[in-house]
Amino acid sequence: MQSRYTFGGDEHLFVECSDEMSLDAFFKSLSMAKGVRDSAIKGVTEICPANASFQIKFNPDIIKPDDILKEVKAIEGAAEKAEPVLKTRIVEIPVFYNDPWTHETLMRFRERHQEPSGTDLDYAARINDFASVDDFVTAHSGSPWFVSMVGFVAGLPFMYQMVERQRQIEVPKYLRPRTDTPRLTVGHGGCFGCIYSVRGAGGYQMFGITPMPIFDPTQTTSYLRDFMVFFRPGDIVKFKPIDRDAYDQAVEDVDKGAFYPPIREVTFDLRAFQKNIAGTNANLEGMLNGH
Amino acid sequence: MAIKVLHHGLSTTVQDLGRPGYFHLGIPIGGAMDRLAMRAANLLVGNEENAAGLEAVFMGPKMEFTKDALVAVTGADMPAKVDGVAQPGWTAFAVKAGQTLTFDFLKSGARIYIAIAGGIDVPVALGSRSTYPIGALGGFKGRALAAGDELPLGTANAGIAGRTVPEALRRMPGNPAELRVLPGLYWDRLTDDAKESFFADAWKVAPEADRMGYRFRGGRKLSFIDRTQPFGAGSDPSNIVDSCYPYGSIQVPGGTEPIILHRDAVSGGGYFMMGTVISADMDLIGQLQPHTPTRFIKVTMEEALEARTERAKLIAAIRQSLS
Repeated sequence: MQSRYTFGGDEHLFVECSDEMSLDAFFKSLSMAKGVRDSAIKGVTEICPANASFQIKFNPDIIKPDDILKEVKAIEGAAEKAEPVLKTRIVEIPVFYNDPWTHETLMRFRERHQEPSGTDLDYAARINDFASVDDFVTAHSGSPWFVSMVGFVAGLPFMYQMVERQRQIEVPKYLRPRTDTPRLTVGHGGCFGCIYSVRGAGGYQMFGITPMPIFDPTQTTSYLRDFMVFFRPGDIVKFKPIDRDAYDQAVEDVDKGAFYPPIREVTFDLRAFQKNIAGTNANLEGMLNGH
Repeated sequence: MAIKVLHHGLSTTVQDLGRPGYFHLGIPIGGAMDRLAMRAANLLVGNEENAAGLEAVFMGPKMEFTKDALVAVTGADMPAKVDGVAQPGWTAFAVKAGQTLTFDFLKSGARIYIAIAGGIDVPVALGSRSTYPIGALGGFKGRALAAGDELPLGTANAGIAGRTVPEALRRMPGNPAELRVLPGLYWDRLTDDAKESFFADAWKVAPEADRMGYRFRGGRKLSFIDRTQPFGAGSDPSNIVDSCYPYGSIQVPGGTEPIILHRDAVSGGGYFMMGTVISADMDLIGQLQPHTPTRFIKVTMEEALEARTERAKLIAAIRQSLS
């Protein structure tokens, strides 16, 4: 996997590890981004890892573009040899699928959708060959997801489901982006799932909503007191379907400061995962449930 | 309290020179769209260049001062008035307690920068006082100003009314505006015709132009080289596997309307980018009004760095003239 290097103006170096998405590309991008951080190259002001690429912002008054290019290229070899092992955490996120708020929003923007007569869930289930919306939800919540990028807006996770490629859910984005998306909508576009951290524009298909805030600039949410952004690249997410009563209860708990998502520290080895996807995922879920 | 907001104008926000370090979490650098104008306004009233001031777009706010202050307004041509008396732009002027600052109609440019000696003393959030409205972060309660807001001021250094930035050192975009672009990123996805037409065509600023991005219309639709879309990218040829977006990068969803990402940019997404406006020209974008004719000029990295050096010299000359 040879990376492609290009400049974004005179202040950004853009490195694309692969033009298609895979966990190999994600691990290489994360490993290179970490290598750049560890090597503390002078003049680097920001390092932004993405799904299969990353971006460095630098100050060309301190380091010449050609010099930073050389330094980062030198890191690529080492990153490729790095063990694809990640010490990370798995977190369970409750999701109220087919909720009234995203439903109201998707109806309001129906004329921007590929299938104006149905819902986003109907559409996603059908084009991914599921017999019913329930089967689709079972697949969506049945296997864990990697947080492969944090961004777009404050703290929004892009997530890549940890299943064989032929089982991955793929949907197009809306024909024209919406101007409104409820906060904490669980969405999907291309092969990526996401949770909208704040209310605003969006183009992903909308499947449900979580009661669990993931960005809080006031830092008053119980589990966001240390930092206002919940997710980091490499986090593993398992969705848990909940009904309206459980959703209302969770919202109340969040407001009272009594909501704590189940989180466990885990080690993830990409090679072990690729040898045995179902077994690795079962282990991860076992750890989440305290086994 | 030192300033009472009587009217918010169109959209007036607290801004400084920005909040670097959090783009990897989707929190943009923010800060003044026209940083040269913001720096100049601060220098005029004796502030640090990074002090927080106000950025107002298209229409100025109306504010009553509850104590004496030294004020400067830079950027767009939108004359300031103190109790109805016009004040020169790019020049420090005194406002007495009880007086009201208002603004005339916009004559050219898009954004004014209002610096007040001492700076707007809102809390620092992640290292900056800039407002990031989508995240309700920073600035005055995380939002644009509203009538009734009372803005605190920091401690002022000694400043002198009447000091001015020489006209030769003020910078605004021309008409047509010219923005220099370094091709790159996913440039090679475009056909040769598209690569040529982008720089040949006359574009105009579209009405959808704000702190997140500036959209342009009027040029020919860009065509893409045929390929099978990579897994995870989405089916449209303008789609990519979601990646980071550089500040100033030009994305063209569907190949139709280029969007330049600016200070409050989204940090990433799934649209290809064809190149990036060079750092020296970013300030100019924030002064473009809708419908302004705009040409994109293709430059090399060497030319981009030369332009950056020229920009730095200009800012140094402003500092020199006010020291």
